[in-house]
Amino acid sequence: MRTIETEKITAAVRDLAIEAAHNLEPDILDGLLAARDRETSSLARDVLDILIVNADIASREMIPACQDTGICTIFVTLGREAQLTGDLESAVQEGVRAGYEEGYLRKSVCDPVTRKNTGTNVPAVVHVELVEGDLLEIAFLPKGCGSENMSRLQMLPPSAGIPGAIDFVVDAVIQAGPNPCPPLVVGVGIGGTFERAAFMAKKALLRPLGEPAGRDDVAEIEAEILGKVNAGGRGVHGLGGCNTALAVHVDTFPTHIASLPVAVNIQCHSHRHKQVSL
Amino acid sequence: MSLLRAPESFADTRRVELPLASDVVSELRAGELIRLSGSMYTGRDQTHRRLCALLDEGRDLPVDLAGQLLYYVGPSPARPGRVIGAAGPTTSYRMDAYTPRLLELGLSATMGKGARSSKVRAAMHKHGAVYLVTFGGAGALLSRCIREVELVAFEDAGPEAMFRFVVEDFPAVVINDVSGRDFYEEISTGQGL
Repeated sequence: MRTIETEKITAAVRDLAIEAAHNLEPDILDGLLAARDRETSSLARDVLDILIVNADIASREMIPACQDTGICTIFVTLGREAQLTGDLESAVQEGVRAGYEEGYLRKSVCDPVTRKNTGTNVPAVVHVELVEGDLLEIAFLPKGCGSENMSRLQMLPPSAGIPGAIDFVVDAVIQAGPNPCPPLVVGVGIGGTFERAAFMAKKALLRPLGEPAGRDDVAEIEAEILGKVNAGGRGVHGLGGCNTALAVHVDTFPTHIASLPVAVNIQCHSHRHKQVSL
Repeated sequence: MSLLRAPESFADTRRVELPLASDVVSELRAGELIRLSGSMYTGRDQTHRRLCALLDEGRDLPVDLAGQLLYYVGPSPARPGRVIGAAGPTTSYRMDAYTPRLLELGLSATMGKGARSSKVRAAMHKHGAVYLVTFGGAGALLSRCIREVELVAFEDAGPEAMFRFVVEDFPAVVINDVSGRDFYEEISTGQGL
């Protein structure tokens, strides 16, 4: 057994929150630079320049890259042989609370009925996966809701098949237009159940940008969706050009013989994601 | 580092003073990149809900919106020594339900990101108002164009409170002009650019 103090979890989550808001990951910066290089519209190229400059200002001047510092989803991977000194969920929530307060991040979480802001940006949505060993990994994914609101889920009939699933995802991206701040990262979950599909779509966003799925047939689906949204989409911020999405990440899970759940989780270009191992 | 340069095409964009003079509003053309300087009001979901609730009750609004620009933003908190944190646009369609009422009061421009409903577009056309977008996800860069921030109303709504900003060279793109043109639509149908 390995003992891990929950105070360390709180401190790590706090740091992840502040880091994520101010320092875009290298994969996203590289993605924006590559998009600028291939951009066909001069206005869209100017906007990509602005986004690249923005990322630089955010990190040098400690101003969040986007004012919507998001509602947080946190994926915890915990080894069965790791023993915590306290409650995992509370430690994570406390870290979010501290990060948002001490990092001057916007508190964007409210009660869905009264719309009253909780004032702390908690609760975060926490998913825990138990695995072998004694590791503890925390992936932090704060998400603005301009993009989250454009996400969709459909229980397709199996007769729709993969072509139907692809059409559904492409349509969701194109219909979203400029709302979710393209160029996007598109997370897709195909199969499983209603909630599993949504979970996969979100978790797929954590994959390094543009890294293809492990299965060749799934990687082909990713490439087809990316090609179609960039050919038919409305480009960076809906202002034209060939960069509606930077990447499409698809994950799959076996499903029921009667079902073909498809979820698409849309992420903006300010794709903040950070991971740490304790 | 070369990345720190402002995009070249911004250097010679038209500078526009706020609040917008009515002849300037009429001159703005869909697809035009402009730089705004002067004062604007801000508001997003809660501010709109509350402004319309005040109108329902027959009460006065905290400010006169006639001739003003309303920017859809919920800024992040200012660090000590700064006037504001990140302050990019939020998605405008969420304000669509409220916008026609504010246009009736003489609001001359709104600014956010994303397309407006046909109802809002019709109301803008009727009242001679324009819709601008600025750059979503560029909240740090836009923050530097904001010189002064004053709380106007609804402080308890936190980031959703209503502020008055004084901005300088704040970049924006005209999407809907007074002639009824819609730049997003022109792009999606291949007429734009």
